[in-house]
Amino acid sequence: MSQERLIEIETDILSKNDSYAHANRAVLAGKGVFAVNLVSSPGSGKTTLLCKTIEALGDMPLGVIEGDQQTENDADRIRATGAPAVQVNTGKGCHLDGHMVGHAMEHLDLPDGAMLFIENVGNLVCPAAFDLGEDGKVAILSVTEGEDKPLKYPDMFTAARLAILNKIDLAPHCDVDLDLYETNLRRVNPGIEIIRLSARTGEGMADWLAWLRAHLADKVVPEAAQ
Amino acid sequence: MHEMSLCEGMRGVIEDQARQHNVSRIKRVRVEVGRFAGVEINALHFAFDVVMRGSPAEGAELVTLELPGRALCYDCMKEVEIADRLDPCPTCGGGKLMPQGGDEMRIKDLEVA
Repeated sequence: MSQERLIEIETDILSKNDSYAHANRAVLAGKGVFAVNLVSSPGSGKTTLLCKTIEALGDMPLGVIEGDQQTENDADRIRATGAPAVQVNTGKGCHLDGHMVGHAMEHLDLPDGAMLFIENVGNLVCPAAFDLGEDGKVAILSVTEGEDKPLKYPDMFTAARLAILNKIDLAPHCDVDLDLYETNLRRVNPGIEIIRLSARTGEGMADWLAWLRAHLADKVVPEAAQ
Repeated sequence: MHEMSLCEGMRGVIEDQARQHNVSRIKRVRVEVGRFAGVEINALHFAFDVVMRGSPAEGAELVTLELPGRALCYDCMKEVEIADRLDPCPTCGGGKLMPQGGDEMRIKDLEVA
């Protein structure tokens, strides 16, 4: 009658989240949808960038999942552009997780070959650890935040595939060194891609749109080949 | 401050395991946490005590085992161990290091009471 004393499990703490994320990824792959997880501090200009991006993409099929602790404000701003948006309020939560995004995806019911933008809760810490099933994280960093932001919050910039250095139209007014931003980004993530952009003036938007279109095309090709 | 969600994840795993092994009480939970996992150990202990209430691991001891941080140096292309995320490469002094491990967050085992 020996009771087992030690149960060896070796299981990732986030295994539940990861299984939701894998399910989301499979759904997105099946539809050839390219999904980006937009992460940043609050106030970096994510929603403005997204509105301008949607306008510039014209009639490309897309959907938006908006994460915030409270309010429908951001989803309302997106809907004003004509794009479908689902707002997820996390309440006390500091990040979106795979389960929330899975539900939101069901509500959006994206067509094949669409683009999915997931705007995470404005927070440079917690969303780094939670896979949502996206193709890549895009970190948005505005030039007013300080060149050492990537050094202070390395995890998010390490997890990101692309960094958008936003609000560069403000750079001349706030004594910042854009090259130093890039140096610090590459110090925490030597492989990161960087685009300098101003959502307000439109500078750099063409590079960002080309990046999105190229990745969407990569995603669709293997589906079409079948 | 996502330690609360991490503990909720742990609770889910612990409840599943306790059911599978037909045990009602766990007295110790050992977790492996990488140096770069971004987990605040004190906050994790606090959240653990709160989140485990009413579960088989209520009142259980949480033991955290720290795993080293590893990174690939983009200058000398060697995989090295570093203590701090922003440390230079111990081999060549280079400053462009890509973490290769150390972000683990894993429940290693459960000790049954």
